[in-house]
Parts: sequence; structure tokens; C-alpha cells
Amino acid sequence: MYDPTVARLTYRALLGRRRALILGALPLLLIVISVVVRALAGADDQTASDLLGGLALATMVPIIGVIAGTGAIGPEIDDGSVVYLLSKPVKRPTIIFTKLIVAIAVTMVFSAVPTLIAGFILNGNGQQIAVAYTVAALVASIAYAALFLLLGTVSRHAVVFGLVYALVWEALFGSLVSGARTLSVQQWSLAVAHKVAGGDLVTSDVGLTTATVLLVVVTVLATWYAGQKLRSLTLAGEE
Amino acid sequence: MATEHSVAAPSGDQTRIHNIGYRTYDGPRLGRAYARRSLYSQSLRGAYGLGRSVKSKVLPMLLFVVMCVPAAIMVAVAVATKAKELPLDYTRYAIVMQAVISLYVASQAPQSVSRDLRFKTVPLYFSRPIETADYVRAKFAAMASALFILTAAPLLVLYVGALLAKLDFADQTKGFAQGVVSVALLSLLFAGLGLVVAAITPRRGFGIAAVIAVLTISYGAVSTLQAIAEAQSSTGSIAWIGLFSPITLIDGVQSAFLGASSAFPGGVAPTNGEGVVYVLLTLGLIAACYGLLMRRYRKVGL
Repeated sequence: MYDPTVARLTYRALLGRRRALILGALPLLLIVISVVVRALAGADDQTASDLLGGLALATMVPIIGVIAGTGAIGPEIDDGSVVYLLSKPVKRPTIIFTKLIVAIAVTMVFSAVPTLIAGFILNGNGQQIAVAYTVAALVASIAYAALFLLLGTVSRHAVVFGLVYALVWEALFGSLVSGARTLSVQQWSLAVAHKVAGGDLVTSDVGLTTATVLLVVVTVLATWYAGQKLRSLTLAGEE
Repeated sequence: MATEHSVAAPSGDQTRIHNIGYRTYDGPRLGRAYARRSLYSQSLRGAYGLGRSVKSKVLPMLLFVVMCVPAAIMVAVAVATKAKELPLDYTRYAIVMQAVISLYVASQAPQSVSRDLRFKTVPLYFSRPIETADYVRAKFAAMASALFILTAAPLLVLYVGALLAKLDFADQTKGFAQGVVSVALLSLLFAGLGLVVAAITPRRGFGIAAVIAVLTISYGAVSTLQAIAEAQSSTGSIAWIGLFSPITLIDGVQSAFLGASSAFPGGVAPTNGEGVVYVLLTLGLIAACYGLLMRRYRKVGL
């Protein structure tokens, strides 16, 4: 199910040239802000929770997820070079699975690791906050990568749709309509984080069982459907 | 024209030069200004998907509608309840709708410049009588105009609605004028930032994400820091932190000089001195974006 050559090509497409630097700028900013906040406000659990929840989990993880998830397959389909990959004797679901693994790995490295570091800087993992949000970021990475990889195979405007989902649906609708929060990767991962932290600082609107089931279902379904889409892929012209 | 027919066939030597009728162009040459104007109007139309496929019209038009509908609803509410003033200030509208504006910039700025870079068509532009400055100015102006249309249209809806609801004319006109100045600044700033980021990252998808990251993450970071500064009751630093993201920059300018109420935490508005810094930084950023674009296109693809 895992093809090392496809993985190597995908890593190169995602992190080659200066792209790793651009991807690295976001986590770096998070860490810089954590240092500034720690210097300004000192160690405070509520502040740490607000910063990690508001900046790291709500904006940084989805954006990295969009870049890695759609970037793993989107540009290849776009410039047509995916036909060279598809014409090789590699199963299409294998290609998708490999690209998913790479996208998950990249998202985790660039979002969960900085979250952990930022958490330790902010309050030294007081009340397990750093670990809780790191777990949330890890879980969210898997679901986001699978979702946005599917978007990458379905639409040519995958990045825009991914961002609309992450910013408009989860952030805007989620804060206005409470029902929208049930269908939000962010809330599902927060439910898992709530279980880890145990306190009242990390809360979610979704129960743990619902969240876990939905996370697994979304990830598996998205991966399966992306494989099906790739099996019957037609290359379209520009625009 | 048909000279080869009139030439009598020479007896011995069979070599001859055929005149197949190529003619040089001696009509009017429309020149640089015309090419620049065409590039501007094509880019502006392209920013709303006009002259492109149906699929690429969907998103800009949708965002335009999303931008205007709340204004229409507010007007309807104001008329129905016979309110004395609109529920939202003219200057506040763009701040509230910033997610839509950011999405618009992120989707259309790469569309405007990245495709030329990706498909290496930029040298073709420069084989016309336009120069780097013309290309950059046309694209910059087109993006800023598109953004201005996006941000000023809902203000116009509000204004017309307010007049129809017979609100105070002088008061509304003043507010509308202040709002228009503020969104003009916002359009220039966002267009500049969007185009610079898009021109640096021509890869499809990457540019969109990069623009969103610059606009949204910086706002997220700044508002978080401001909230913390307010909780620490160090209100003096709130205004200075606001300098570090585009939308708070515009917010600061308009609350210092355009009579807007600040959206900063605690409603802390920059003082006049800080306001001058805000204005200078805004104008400086716009100029810097222009300079960076000029630098980017100095020898692109040639």
C-alpha cells in the first residue's frame, strides 16, 4: 500500500526548493508569538489555552493542512504530469494512500511539533495543555490531510474550497451557528484533546465517541473516494 | 502585388525571387498607453471572471454577493424599524467582512499574476511596447479597482438605503465619504500585498494559501497579542501591536482620522501621533509593494 518512490516525489513536490521555508514560516511565527506572550504576560494557563486554541489549532493547522493536502496531488493533476505517474504499474489507491501518508506527515511536523514547543514555552505544559493541544493537532492533521487530498482530486480550485471550509465554515459559522460545530474537524480534535487534558480549559461541543467515529469515518471515506476519483481521472484544460 | 505574373519568364536562368505579397503594417500604432489600458481592463474584467469560463465566474461573483447581502439586510432592517441610524458604521463594514475580502484577494491575486509567470507568458507581454512599470501599474491598478468595487459596493447600498430611509443627509454623506476613503486605502494595501505574495509564489494553490496566511495569520496573531495586552491592562501597547497586520493597520488609520470607532480590544483608538505612524506605515507599505513588484518583474522569464 505504500510506495517509496511516490512518497519521495511527493516530499520533493511539497518541500522542494523554497517551499519548506514558506511552510516553516508559520510555525516559526507561532513560536515567536509564544515567546513574546510569555515575556509579556508570564506563564498563564488561560492565555496558553487561548493562544494554542485560537491561533495554532483554529488557523495554523487547517492552513498547513490545506497546503500539504492539496499540494500533494493538486499541482500534478493541474499541469498534467500526473499521467506519467498513473501510467506506471502502481495501483491508484496506493498512490492516494502514499500521498496521504506524506501529507499527514508534513502537516504533523509543521503544525503539531510547533504546537508542542509553543505550549512548553507558554506555560511549561501546565495542566497538560501543551500535550492536549498537540494531540488535537495530530488528530486534526490526519483528518484535514485526508479531506483536502480528496478536494485536490475533485476540484481544480481545491485550495480555495479548503480555505473556505477552514475559515468560513469552522471559524465564522462555527461561532454563529452551534450546529455547524458538530461538523467541524477542529471540534472533533478538541474532543480528543479534552479527554487528554481532563480539565475545563480545553472544551469541545462534541462528545468523544461521536468525535472519534466521525474522525475515522471522514478519514477513511475521503481516502477511499479520492482513490476512486483517481481511477477515473480525466484531465481538463486550463480553466 | 501579383508581380510574378507580369515578369516574363527568362529564357536561360530559372532562379528568381518570388514576391508573395507580404506587406508591412502602416496603419495607426496604438502604442504603450493603449496596451497598458487594455491590460488594465482585461485584468479588471478577469478579476470578476468576465471573459473567462463560467466556472471561474462563480467564486468572485459569489463573494461579491456575500459582501453586499448583509448591507441590504441592514438597510431593510433600518427601514422596517424606522431606526435613527444604520446598525453598522460605514467604516466598520470592511473590518467586519474582512474574511470575505481576504478570500477574494487570495483567489484573484494569483489568478491575475501567477498564471502569466507559470506559463511563461510574461516575455510575450514585454515583447509589446509596454515596459515593466506599465505591466506592474496595470496589474496593481486593476487589482485595487476590483477590490474597491468589492468593498465600496456594499457601502453604496448602505448609503442609498440610508437616504431612502430618510436618515440625516449630512451625517450619512460624511460617514459614506469617510468609508470610501478608508476602503480605497484598504484596496490599495490589500491589492499590493496580494500581488507581491502571488508574484513570489507562482505555483498553483500555493499562492492562494500564502496570501491567506499573510492576511489571516497576521490578524490572528495581532488580535491575540492585543487581547493579552488588554488583559494585562497595558493599553498603551495595543495601538503599537496593531501596526503588524494589514486589517488592524486600516482600522487604526480610520479610527485615528476618519471618525471610526476602533475594533481593537477595549475600543482603544490610536492617538493622533500614533495615527500619523499608521498612515505613514500604510502608505509606505503600498509603496514598498509597488517597489517589490517592480523588482520582481525586472528580469522575469527573459
